[in-house]
Amino acid sequence: MKDYSIFDVIGPIMVGPSSSHTAGAVKLGKTAMELAEKNFYKVIFYLHGSFAKTYKGHGTDKALVAGILGFEPSDDRVKYSLEIAKSNNLIIEFCETEFEYAHPNTAKIEFHYLNSSVFYVIGSSIGGGNIVITNINGDDVEFTGQYPTILLKYKDKKGMISQISTILASNEINIASMKVTRSNNLATFVCETDNIITDKAKEEILRINEINIAKFINPVRS
Amino acid sequence: MYNKACDVIELCEKENKKISEIGILKEAKMRNLPEEDVINEMKNVLEVMKKSATLGLETPIISQSRITGGNALKINNYLKNNKSLSGNLINRSMAMAVSTSEVNASMGVICAAPTAGASGILPSSILNAKEKLGSSDEDVIFALFTAAVIGELATKNATVSGAEGGCQAECGVAASMAAAAIVEMAGGSPVDSFNAASFALINVMGLICDPVAGLVEYPCFLRNASGVVNAFISADLALAGVQSLIPFDEVLEAMYKVGKSLPDTLRETALGGISITPTAKEIARRFYNGTAK
Repeated sequence: MKDYSIFDVIGPIMVGPSSSHTAGAVKLGKTAMELAEKNFYKVIFYLHGSFAKTYKGHGTDKALVAGILGFEPSDDRVKYSLEIAKSNNLIIEFCETEFEYAHPNTAKIEFHYLNSSVFYVIGSSIGGGNIVITNINGDDVEFTGQYPTILLKYKDKKGMISQISTILASNEINIASMKVTRSNNLATFVCETDNIITDKAKEEILRINEINIAKFINPVRS
Repeated sequence: MYNKACDVIELCEKENKKISEIGILKEAKMRNLPEEDVINEMKNVLEVMKKSATLGLETPIISQSRITGGNALKINNYLKNNKSLSGNLINRSMAMAVSTSEVNASMGVICAAPTAGASGILPSSILNAKEKLGSSDEDVIFALFTAAVIGELATKNATVSGAEGGCQAECGVAASMAAAAIVEMAGGSPVDSFNAASFALINVMGLICDPVAGLVEYPCFLRNASGVVNAFISADLALAGVQSLIPFDEVLEAMYKVGKSLPDTLRETALGGISITPTAKEIARRFYNGTAK
């Protein structure tokens, strides 16, 4: 039987009204923002299912924007995020849409830049404030943001995984789960760990020549 | 350390401890922390609860959807006029439960207990019991651990999700948690606490989840108000010595089975109950036409 913390039952401390439509939405926005380059000037949120239908009543719009501003689900500024985004000259748009085979509470978060192409993250709020990220810029992935997560893209080549896992082990970072997929000779590597990913470990991973893209996400508190 | 209510009772008897102390012990052990840290973490919870339970008493709080609001203030003002039929404790408790519900619906900060939708019941119960009994903040913090143990048993052995088990799983379990907590505050035994928890859940067994327009507002705030009253009367019954014929473990199992046999339409989908009355449909239609675009 799964062991629950006392504070899973009395908690989280969060901005209302709904753990899945509000607290989870903040986490979704924040995790997407951590994956994106920071100098975006516009963000478009494509909302699917129950998110599309009830986002105003549950404040999902404010929650998602709070997330991309870097707020936590318990931050009382969540309520004012649309005004805060505006005063930061950030353009925000919402678009009701329908994705095939998606969880009812799904959003595609698209970041726009002046000098580079758009970047997007798709994820769902799956209940109790928990989320799952399912796609990053066209690559299918699956991680929850509950654990420190490493996301890498590199030219597929023998021995890459062993190089990465050696670095993690030498930095006392234990791997909790790992998934590698491939398309056109490019591998997408997603790995969740039990320990916080330190700057030293990040630097060592970034020194591997073949790596094109690397993202490191430490968990969102709730 | 425990999976069932009977394990908790056995531990309490063997170690000569209260339910709250067993909860603290388990949490400290599980997370490898000193007990003091775990207790301090609960202090933050109590601060959030104090705020959410009182914010709506003096100023009207209107929900995000603007469909409901201002009712905690109305109940509190009514109480001030000394016209209340059911008395101070009950009215004050309802006002404070509704206050947290309103804070939640207006995107304010609350502590889920066990969920956001039922978050009004526990804070109001413990704070009003504190007032009545003259308890210290420390007693209240311990009582929150008692409540959490009950909620943990419900999470492990049944459900606390309205989508899975209806409102009985949210407001029913919240009242159960609160009833056990206030029994401990009043000096009752662990067995008394579980009796109270059983009564509270039995009282609302079968309660459906039927939110108007699919929002966590109506009838949610009413069920938070009745939930805190349910907690107090269940606690009183147990403290009077009334025994639960059915043990809490079996009551939980029964609640879970009832929840599973409820049709989808009565489990948070807004496709049944109050949510499909002509008036509710009209409110939903106006809301989605007016603001969802």
